[in-house]
Amino acid sequence: MHVDALIAPLLNGSAQGALLLLAALGLSLTFGQMGVINMAHGEFLMIGAFAAYLVQQVITASDLSIPVALPVAFVVAGLFGLLLEVTIIQWMYRRPLDTLLVTVGVGLILQQAALHIFPSQGVPVEKPSWLDGQLSILGYQWPFRQLFTILLASVCVAALAAWLKYTSFGRRIRATVHNRDLAETSGISTRTVDRLTFFTGSGLAGVAGVAASLIGGTNSQMGAQYIIPAFLVVAAGGIGQLKGTIVAAWAVGVALAYFAYWTTGSLAQVLAFILVIVFLQVRPQGLFTVRTRSLV
Amino acid sequence: MTKLKPWISLGGIGVFAFLLLGVAPLVLTDHWINNLGKYCCWAIVAVGIGLAWGRGGMLVMGQGVFFALGAYAMAMHLTLETAGDRIPGFMVLYDPLAPLPAFWEPFRSAGFTLLAIVLLPVIVSGILGYALFKRRVKGAYFAILSQALAVALATLISSTIRQTGGDTGLSDFKYFFGFVLNDPANKLLVYLIAAGLLVVCLLAVWQLYRSRFGELLVATRDAEERVRFLGYDPANVKLVAFVASALMASIGGAMFVPIVGIITPAEIGAAASILMIAGVALGGRASLFGPALGAMAVGWGQSSLGSTWPDGWTYILGLLFIVVILFLPNGLSSLPARFAAARRSPAPPPPTPAAAAAELEGVRS
Amino acid sequence: MTDASLIVTDLHVEFSGFVAVGGVSFDAHPGEVRFLIGPNGAGKTTCIDAITGLSRATGSARLGDRELLGTPVHKIVRLGIGRTFQTASVFDELTVLQNLDIAAGRHRPWTSLLRTRRGVDPSIERALEETGLTAELATPAGILSHGQKQWLEIAMLLVQDAKVLLLDEPVAGMSQDERTATGELLQRIAAKRIVLVVEHDMDFMRRFATRVTVLHQGKVLSQGTVAEVQADPKVQEVYLGTAGAATTAAMAVVPETVAAMHQPEEN
Repeated sequence: MHVDALIAPLLNGSAQGALLLLAALGLSLTFGQMGVINMAHGEFLMIGAFAAYLVQQVITASDLSIPVALPVAFVVAGLFGLLLEVTIIQWMYRRPLDTLLVTVGVGLILQQAALHIFPSQGVPVEKPSWLDGQLSILGYQWPFRQLFTILLASVCVAALAAWLKYTSFGRRIRATVHNRDLAETSGISTRTVDRLTFFTGSGLAGVAGVAASLIGGTNSQMGAQYIIPAFLVVAAGGIGQLKGTIVAAWAVGVALAYFAYWTTGSLAQVLAFILVIVFLQVRPQGLFTVRTRSLV
Repeated sequence: MTKLKPWISLGGIGVFAFLLLGVAPLVLTDHWINNLGKYCCWAIVAVGIGLAWGRGGMLVMGQGVFFALGAYAMAMHLTLETAGDRIPGFMVLYDPLAPLPAFWEPFRSAGFTLLAIVLLPVIVSGILGYALFKRRVKGAYFAILSQALAVALATLISSTIRQTGGDTGLSDFKYFFGFVLNDPANKLLVYLIAAGLLVVCLLAVWQLYRSRFGELLVATRDAEERVRFLGYDPANVKLVAFVASALMASIGGAMFVPIVGIITPAEIGAAASILMIAGVALGGRASLFGPALGAMAVGWGQSSLGSTWPDGWTYILGLLFIVVILFLPNGLSSLPARFAAARRSPAPPPPTPAAAAAELEGVRS
Repeated sequence: MTDASLIVTDLHVEFSGFVAVGGVSFDAHPGEVRFLIGPNGAGKTTCIDAITGLSRATGSARLGDRELLGTPVHKIVRLGIGRTFQTASVFDELTVLQNLDIAAGRHRPWTSLLRTRRGVDPSIERALEETGLTAELATPAGILSHGQKQWLEIAMLLVQDAKVLLLDEPVAGMSQDERTATGELLQRIAAKRIVLVVEHDMDFMRRFATRVTVLHQGKVLSQGTVAEVQADPKVQEVYLGTAGAATTAAMAVVPETVAAMHQPEEN
């Protein structure tokens, strides 16, 4: 067996894991921190990808358009998230399982709207020329595109972690998560915190969408294919655990790549799903957890 | 009043059975009888979802898995019956000399097939439910995991075209346990079986809901820990409801095959599983008739609007989820009670705070 | 009914390095209304969680000669140990009768689950009378008053035939009359059972406690009769220090406000 036969799935899988991580990052914020199960998260990712396409219609030079598209996608998807929070989610914080079904409906509508507005076969997002090259690793030509995904995921993780840890807003989010009533009595506007958290989480889905548009197709179905794996990653990582989400995303990405290498793409998906489900059997609380007094 | 209520429900089932089995065959055309049969299959699945989700609090988003077990068991048998001594046509297509896969062989037997339709979902849901509930996996985790399984199974079937027919599915069934399926009289018979099974399922949950088990199930849904502190193991309570709902999904799937004439992964995957939930939410998850009637309504929408105006239907379906869950969490069947409550006091009570608390617990733990 | 006592020895509970209970010992016997008091975070509820199997603990908690630690929750219940929770947790959508029927169910064979209930068990009737809920038989538990819900919980323990009743703040949020009624109820029940009450309400404790254990920061601060505990200078110091109250008489009010603020954390 060649070295690159072993190394290629590892590198491809890492990139795939990074994309999963980007998709899961926003979820770990909205689900992990707020307890909201947003099934329309995948569609926010799709919105980010379409935003990248629309930016390219204005800025035709693809070298420039993608760097511009990243913040644009973040804001656009974030605004959609904010709209969802204000119109629907805010009435449902006490019914988390029901948010799941409501957002399934939102997702359906967004998918159908995308199908209405854009061609059904999807739209092309031009890759910038600076992503054309390859990096040679032990004889394997690793595309820059994949490296870019990993880089982007790392930047997002670092920014999110720093934001949560060092800014006063991050502290407020953590305080609200820890004890909503106490936070409120200490003068924190939990409404503002909720909205900003939801905006950020949805915005991250938008960024993930730009990355996804550079790797796969941009169409109305793209979000649906990320949502379940992203949720599994968050669950396997442990709720509200950033490092758990990172490790789980990477593990699932690499496992997918090796399974796909040994079997077929779709069988790999089945195997990866089963792997996560079995893992959750062993550790229902995910990879990393803080043991607390259990709920009554 | 409370003493009478179960008997009113039983009367309702009687009327429902009379309409489905007595009136419908007389007034509907063959085409609509066939459609109604299809809705009955979805309604059977919905009755099970009502039991697991409405009464048990387990949001089963992957009933497509159990639907598939019943449907594919039936479809394999009908395919073999149609092929007779030969290898099923679609297999020969890829490789003229292909042997019949070993797991197909037992489905030649009608008895084995019927047994499989009952036992397969019971075994699979039993193992799955035991593992998940004993580990106290619940709430959103349970919902997402069950949906993931439906996606996984649909993907698996799609990718094994030589063994299962892949995306094209299994179709072109000529016989149903010896009966020629083209014959309208036999089609009516198949419809009557499906409608009859629906009535049986309704009777089963009617008895379950009024039994002590039904009360215990609701108690477990609303305060699982409290039930544990009364000396019960809530995992066992949930397991029974989950297995029963899986069995109903399988029965619905099995009858779907001879009525519709085709089964594909699209009928069992994530979208299909969510569609099965839609009707239950619309009708009223915790009520007796709500899930079945809601599923029939959504089924009707899916097969009529879904084909004539697909774009609009998706929007309607999306809005249905949003509006019903947001404003009417207990579905249309809760409307009469709400009106009555509104007439008595100006402000209706907020919907089930206890259930909400239990759900929150499920998500956070 | 039974003369077995509940004996807790050197109980330790830890959450990710935080010691919630660090070596608590106490005992409770049939015939007395035993109180467990202390400021918030003292580890009172955690002690009950440990005894009932909700939190993992080391040390020992025995009922008679039966060790409870390490036994699954529902099996501990089957040994005759029942508890209530800080926030009344009854099954809101079920009627009072249905609630009690479920509580009584563990003595029945499982096949009875598939049948419909006929009539009212004598044990349920007795519990209803004892707690004064007979008139509410067909009322959904969700619309009972706060005090009635607490009584329903106690009634559920009675039909469960619990030998040990662990009550977590049974009078929180009750009116003065309801408190008195609850206290008298507890005294009646305690004649044949072990009753252990976790409370913040000092006035309630003074009126109805037989013996008291004061917990502070996961340790036993003082133990004895109401008079002994109240006279203990360590107890006075703790309450003055944490609650900022000037006298022990003010203890009745202040800790409760603190409790309200911290409640979500404890749930």
